[in-house]
Parts: sequence; C-alpha cells; structure tokens
Amino acid sequence: MNKELKILAVVVFFSILTYVGVEPFAHSQMHKHVDDPTYAYADLKDSGKKGDAVKGKELVTGAGACTGCHSLKAESLPAPMDALTSASAYGVNPPDLSNSGALYDEKFLADLIKNPAHALGVEHKFKDGAMHPMVGFYGAGGDIDQEIADMVAYLKSIAPTAENLTPKDAFESACGRCHSMRYDKWSKIGTDPSFKSDKEMYEYKAKVATYDEALKAYMGAMPPDLSIIIRARSHHFLSTFIENPQSQLEGTSMPRVGLTKDGEVKVMEYLTQIGDSSKDKRESLGPWVILFFVIFSVIAYFWKQSMWKDLH
Amino acid sequence: MANFEKAKSLGDWMNQRLGLDTVMRVMAYEYWIPKNINFLWAMGMILAMMFGVMLVSGIFLLMYYKPDAALAFDSVNYTIMTEVGYGWLWRHVHGVAASVVFLVIYIHMFTGIYYGSYKKGREMIWITGMLLFVTFSAEAFSGYMLPWGQMSYWAGMVITNLFSFGSLELNGVVEWIRGDYVPGDAFILRFFMLHVLLLPLAIMALIGLHFGALRIPHVNNQDGEEIDFDEAAKLYKEGKKKESKVIPFHPVFLSKDVFVMGVFLIFFFYLVFYHYGFALDPVNFDPADGLKTPAHIYPEWYFLWSYEILRPFSKDIGLIAFGFAQVAFFLLPFLDKSPNAVPASRRGLFNIWFWVMLVDMIVLSVMGKLPPEGAWNVIGLLSALTFIGLWIALPIITKLEKKV
Repeated sequence: MNKELKILAVVVFFSILTYVGVEPFAHSQMHKHVDDPTYAYADLKDSGKKGDAVKGKELVTGAGACTGCHSLKAESLPAPMDALTSASAYGVNPPDLSNSGALYDEKFLADLIKNPAHALGVEHKFKDGAMHPMVGFYGAGGDIDQEIADMVAYLKSIAPTAENLTPKDAFESACGRCHSMRYDKWSKIGTDPSFKSDKEMYEYKAKVATYDEALKAYMGAMPPDLSIIIRARSHHFLSTFIENPQSQLEGTSMPRVGLTKDGEVKVMEYLTQIGDSSKDKRESLGPWVILFFVIFSVIAYFWKQSMWKDLH
Repeated sequence: MANFEKAKSLGDWMNQRLGLDTVMRVMAYEYWIPKNINFLWAMGMILAMMFGVMLVSGIFLLMYYKPDAALAFDSVNYTIMTEVGYGWLWRHVHGVAASVVFLVIYIHMFTGIYYGSYKKGREMIWITGMLLFVTFSAEAFSGYMLPWGQMSYWAGMVITNLFSFGSLELNGVVEWIRGDYVPGDAFILRFFMLHVLLLPLAIMALIGLHFGALRIPHVNNQDGEEIDFDEAAKLYKEGKKKESKVIPFHPVFLSKDVFVMGVFLIFFFYLVFYHYGFALDPVNFDPADGLKTPAHIYPEWYFLWSYEILRPFSKDIGLIAFGFAQVAFFLLPFLDKSPNAVPASRRGLFNIWFWVMLVDMIVLSVMGKLPPEGAWNVIGLLSALTFIGLWIALPIITKLEKKV
C-alpha cells in the first residue's frame, strides 16, 4: 500500500509538472500581461459640475443636438434615418440613447460628448483631417462643461434602473450595432424576423449585407460575431479588452466602450447566456456525477479488499 | 452433429450452443495474472474503458454533427452545445476523454519502459501498443479537424504540409491528401470518414491483437520475476492462494482494476465539469478562417514533444528528426541490448536513461507550446538533441549492462 502511494505520488508529480508547463506557464509567456480592469477611466477628468436634467433635456433633444442623429425611444423620439441610411452616411448606425445613462461611465459620457474620438480611444484612426462621424458638442453659448453635465444628468434621469435593464438590452446598446450574435438571431440592425416567403428573407438578408458592407468599410475589418466569444477568450481578456481595447490589441479600430462595472457585468452575463448556455446545467450536474463515482470507488474498494484478503 | 440434451436452464441452453463456460474459463476465471503488481497495471483496462467512453459519446455526437465546411462549426457549437439535451455533456466527455486518454497512454508506455515489459517474448506487446499509439494519434488529429474552428483549420494546414517532405516539395501529395489546395469540404469529409469509421475499426482490431499478444508471454510483474504460470495456477486452483504467485483475471485482478477506474473517473469527471479548457482549446471556438492565421499555432499537448523535435531545426533536418522520433519508440525492444527484464531501478545506467528521457520529453512538450523565440529556442534545440542522443546511446549503455 505504502509503495503504491509512492508510485502514485511520482505519477501525479510528473503529470502536474507537464500540465503547469504546457498550460499556465506557456500561456503566461504567450500572452502579454494586462492588469485587471478597474473601470475607473482614470485618464478622463471629472469637471466637478453638478448637472440639471431639465436643462439637459433641452440640450439633448433641441434642434441640431443629439436627437438630430440618435433615436431616444424612452421619450418616443425615433431616429431621423433608418439603420441602413445611417450606416451609408456614418459607417455605423448611431445608438439609441435611452440606456446610455445606465450603461456608461459619467466621465466617459462627458468626454464622449465633447470629443468622441478621444473618449472612444480611436484618435489613431482620425488623423490628417479625417473626422469622427459623431461631431463633438461645441457648446450652446454658456459654460460648456456645465452644459455637458446637464446633458449627462438628463441621460441618467431617463435611463432604466439596473433591475430593469436586461443583459440583452445591455448587449444590444453597447455592442450590437457592430457585432452580430447569430446564436441569438441578432444581426446588428435588429433581431431576425421569421419569414413568410423567400422574397422576404432575401430582402432582409440584402439589408443586413448592405449594412455589413458599410460597417466593414468604416471599421477596416468586419467586427466578429460574438455568439461564443465567451468560450473563445478568457474572462480576463474580454473584460480588459472591453475596458480598453488598445490594451490588448494596439491599433484596433474597436472603440473603447466606456461601460461602468455594472454595465460590463450585464454584457458578460448576456455573452455567457448565449455562448455558454450549459453553464448552469454543468454546475448543477457536476457534483452529483462526482459523488456517484466517489460512492462507486468506496464500494469497489471493499470488493477489492474482500477479493484480495486471502492472497497474502 | 453434436449431441444436445434438453436444457435445464437458459444458461445451460446457451452453454450447450456457445460454450460460454469454456469462453469464461479461458478468458477470465483461468486467465492468470501475476499477483505482484501495483495500480499501474490497471492502466490497460482504463484505456479500454476510455475507448468505450469515447465510442459511446462519439455515437451520440455523430447523430447531430454535420461534416460540411459551412455547417460543421455551428452543428457542434450551437446544435450540440445548446439545442440537444445533454449534448454539451457528450461533447465535453468526448473532448476531455480524447486528451486524458493520452495521459494514460503515456503512463502506460512509461510503465512498460520502466519495468522492461517489452523484453523476452513481450516484443509484440510493445509493437502492437505502439501501433495503437499511432492510430490513436491519427484518431485524435482527425477528430480535432471536425469542429472546424481556427485551430482545426490551421493545424490541418500545418500537418498536411509535412507531406510535401521539405525540399522535395511534393505539393501534389499534399493536395491529394487534402482533396483541394487548402483544407475545405473534401478535407473535412475525408477526415470525418477516417475519424468515425476507418481508424476506429483499426483501433478495435489492434486492441484485440494487443490483448492477444499478452496471452503467451503473460503479463509482467513489478520485480521482473520469471514465473512458472502453470505451476502457480495449479497452486491457486488447489486453494493455496497465499503460496501461488498468480491471480485470475476475473474476479480478483478486475476487482482492483475497477477500484482504480473509480478513482480515475472521479478525476476525469472533475475535468469534464470544472477544468476542461486544456482539452477544448479556446482558439478553436473561433470559426475556421483561411485568411486569418492565429497568433500561435500549436498542437494539443500530447503531440508537443514530437512537434518540438521538428521545430528547432531547418526544414529538412527537422523532418528527418521528426521521422526518427516517430520510429524510435517502435524499435525500443531491439535497441535495448540488455538481457535484464527487471525494473529500471536495478539497471544502473538505464535507470538514468529512463528518468532523463521522461524529463526531456516534458521539457520538449513545454518548449513545443512556447513561441519559438530566444532562450526557448535554445532549450528546445538542446532537448531535441538530447532526445536523439538518448536513442543513440541506448544500445551502447544497455550492451554494457551487467546481468543481474
């Protein structure tokens, strides 16, 4: 018995040595180190101004302001152009602003309104006079920082509470205009309908393809489908990449999303729901299967003992 | 025609027609195994069981898998993982088993090497075992193509490229193997055929042969003692179990195997449910894309050591070294010139050879995964040279070995 345990120790030692070498160690050398995300957006300054939502509403929904391009479903304001027209004009469909106060960091929103390419971390794409499709807010005549604080306060006032914002909404608002999710029938311009005829299907697919083409031209490459990205990348990679895409992939045209910690948790929850849908079942079945084999082994041990007792 | 009597029971009826008693006696109750063994002697039955696990899980996966470059990825990752009841379980079991089976194969191989179980009439056991290793490797590789992820595609590309044989540039052979210029529909279908039909048939035949090869030389024991099996069996049948050096395959040997299997399965299902990433590589959850080469292309862990024998050298020398590594293990019974079929611990220089070989193969595996840069390259080259050197040294050091 003693000898068997010694042999087992040798086998376990070399197995673990191999495992540590080819898995954790090799991966630590293959991928660059990026610190865990904090979602603090420390590079952005807080103006310290306290916003007034009522004044903000005028600024957001006024003539020539945000709603000139963005829809605001929370206030029943439709987008001036449909997704396809927007994509052909800007490269991508501008997001609806209803959830933005709930999903994005305040400092990030303020910086985004003032200087989009800076907040989004894509200034490297808009050099030499090229303009970011979203025009920065140039002020309505008063203190621009105060006005921006008012706008942010307004966006926060109309945003749903954390309980009312579903993981799917979070994904659609934050990621869904550039990334499809085909395992949940999401195609960047909306959820795929069921088709009554081939004609309907081809027309819809042509729309999606037209949108995709504009998006691809704008981004430089087609942003990947995220259906099972949760299995294809580690949690650490995804969360650091979402916080600051440049940290993992320098020069990428993916913008910084500006999610708060809660917003990131919501998005990850959705990615898990779709990409790793068996997670809950796996975690609830696992202990029972293991318990079964523990009992099996105990019984087998007594059988072995009874078979071998006369042998020595 | 034989004389049949009215049967007393169903068992008797079957026995008169099929000779079940005789079969069971020859195969189990009077198939003698040495008593002086440890749990490493259960690895063979664990491998047989794991082959069964992969066969059964594979049959379930086969009912939903689509061998088509456009459909394969989603049939695995969406249909099987999401829509089929317990499809995720079968897939995890199949994928993790494919990886863990190689751990057990390596333990089984190194057990054989350590105890000298390839010598003195046991050469065919070793050779059929090595044939099983090769067919299992081909089975693992062909199966790895099927989910049609990025690593499937690029591993398929790299490995089939080997068949251009370096500077010979036999690109026609590579195209013939792929059925196309690059991996595509034809490629996936032929690897599907190999994975679900031809190779499993070959494996089943070889398992039969491997077991058959054990019959005449018998199973080795942990002291390399030569046992008179007829006499030991006689003692056992007379009830002198303590004096006898053997035990019957069933139920005595199997009772221990089943216990070891139970413990092994606790470990296995822990991996299936909680720690499967090493066997289901994240990179392969990106769909195959012939226009986007992954940053790091590496084989599964069990091929890393031979990959690293290929990699540190120039193209042609690397291929020769790689070919050498594949053949060397087959020749082990003939390269080992020592008359001693005893544990390595009693064989002097060979004992050192054994442990250096084991450590060297682990170092090769780690270097095979790391990017080929700087110091890793040097360590990889040195360990590849050590590997080759060890095989060249083997006949010499075993020739010098004194009889114990």
